[in-house]
Amino acid sequence: MGVRQSWKKGEPIMAEEDYKGVWVFVEQTDGEPATVSWELLSVGADLARKLDVELCTMVIGDNVEHLCQESFVYGASKVYLIDAPVFHDYRTEPYYRAVRYLIDKYKPEVVLLGSTSLGRDLTGPVATELNTGLTEGCTELDIDENRLLLQTRPAYSGNIMATIVNERARPQISTVRPRAMEVPEKDTSRTGEIVRESMDISEEDIGVKVLEVIDSSKGEAGAIDITAADIIVCAGRGIQSSENFQMIQELADELGGAVACSRAAVEDGLTPVESWVGQSGTTVRPRIYIACGVSGAIQHTAGMRDSDVIIAINYDKQAPIFEVATFGIEGDVLQVVPAITRYVRELRARK
Amino acid sequence: MLIVVCIKEVPDAAYINIDPATGTLIREGVPSIINPFDNHALEESLRLKEKHGFRVAAISMGPTSAGETLRNALAMGVDEVVLLSDPVFSGSDTLATTKVLAEAIKRLAEKEEVAIVICGKQTIDGATAQVGPGIATRLKYSQLTLVDQIQNVDDQAGKVRVRRMLEGRYEIVEATLPALITVVPQINTPREPTVRMQMMAEDAEVTLWDNEVMKLPKESIGVKGSPTRVRKIFSQIMPESEILGDGIYDPEGAAHLLIDTLTEEDILSL
Repeated sequence: MGVRQSWKKGEPIMAEEDYKGVWVFVEQTDGEPATVSWELLSVGADLARKLDVELCTMVIGDNVEHLCQESFVYGASKVYLIDAPVFHDYRTEPYYRAVRYLIDKYKPEVVLLGSTSLGRDLTGPVATELNTGLTEGCTELDIDENRLLLQTRPAYSGNIMATIVNERARPQISTVRPRAMEVPEKDTSRTGEIVRESMDISEEDIGVKVLEVIDSSKGEAGAIDITAADIIVCAGRGIQSSENFQMIQELADELGGAVACSRAAVEDGLTPVESWVGQSGTTVRPRIYIACGVSGAIQHTAGMRDSDVIIAINYDKQAPIFEVATFGIEGDVLQVVPAITRYVRELRARK
Repeated sequence: MLIVVCIKEVPDAAYINIDPATGTLIREGVPSIINPFDNHALEESLRLKEKHGFRVAAISMGPTSAGETLRNALAMGVDEVVLLSDPVFSGSDTLATTKVLAEAIKRLAEKEEVAIVICGKQTIDGATAQVGPGIATRLKYSQLTLVDQIQNVDDQAGKVRVRRMLEGRYEIVEATLPALITVVPQINTPREPTVRMQMMAEDAEVTLWDNEVMKLPKESIGVKGSPTRVRKIFSQIMPESEILGDGIYDPEGAAHLLIDTLTEEDILSL
């Protein structure tokens, strides 16, 4: 178990010195690693250097040994591997039991996971079982002078940043947002140690079964997954009529992106979809987000402000969307958007 | 069988402002609303009630003012509401919060078998998405997060089948009951309470469970039971946006400038 909660201010953390090392959980689906896992190794390496400890990964799955070598290539020096058929589909219980088993046995001081659907599903149970703290959705991690992990994350819809510490339980567990960190340089000459472990979990012990997996990234009508999109073109109320949604779709198609909309556009019936980007809808973090005629109320920006590059196109230069935008065009969406599409086509045709 | 829905009252983000001098939140005068995600959880619990005849209990942890949110849940059609409120609960982080909520669900389950606990996928203030999973772990319930369809509930066989909405894919998952489900907003469109229901709810009783009732060890809840602490709060500095061209008089030119800038800076490759 983690450190028990009978802590009083000023008291040293019980057995703190027993917890050593920075660990990264390698997330995978059918053996395919999630990129965020390698991003975690870049910030993990920085933390491990500051703490002067080892950087390790946990690889859990079915036929996932190839991820050990990949862990080394991206900077880990040791991998804890649990490889068994029961871990083929991700399910909360076997995974949290496996992670907990490894943490209990080897006692890392810092454990990092990706702030993804899977990472967020897994972290709560692990922290609860270990009776320790967790900080979700960090965008920055550092170490203070007392070897404490400084976990910085946006709070209140991204209005403020908060730095959170866990002074009295171990390990310190954080999830980190995808694309908050860079993927480290690959070094294929690197190797490391693989620690093989096994868990006594049988399929009969698990109450959850994955019956079917449906790919929603292929753009079937009504099932377009905008959270996986690299580029998003978002329609706001500024497109004025549902006929004009076509130009949003055309730009998205031309850029190989997905279309999205604001809640206002959905409520005005301007769009063919019923889900929207924003605080009460879907949160997205694409590489490029193009907001077309979106005014940018906080309810909307809370769902997209972490995109890498935000482009705002709006007639009203006072629109708050320009406050979060990287690039802006002041102008009529109905003129600017088709102009962008035409120019992209023209450039492509020249090639 | 009982469905328990967990709801939270949160500050309405539309009214949150930052004090530019101190970089801290101005909380005064910010109205409270039900966490928007919890509204979908509430709606889904009512649909299960209508379809399967389950009873629905809504619980909320927070200050006594959160009783209003629970009253609204009554107006929407839940059968019973419990407010978990005590000064010793305040300052709880996710770990301590799930202790209180799980204990309340345990108490409800003593009176009536719980089939499903439903939560919103996250709150808009904390946005950790960790309270639902923490409750599931404490109660040893099946954990089903990010659900956009509850396809079937078979309380005879003790099974629930749901669809989960993940990055680039859906998963159809079957789990044993009792289960804890967190829902995404795509699952439903919440109803509006009728005026008649609202009037009835005004006089309805909100049960209060404080720590006299809950009897949780004080060192395990609130600030004392929370391993995490906020050390610093500061405002996020957004770099100013770069306005490209004159989109009003020369939309073509602005469009060209945008695409040229994106390709030159390696943001976009065509």
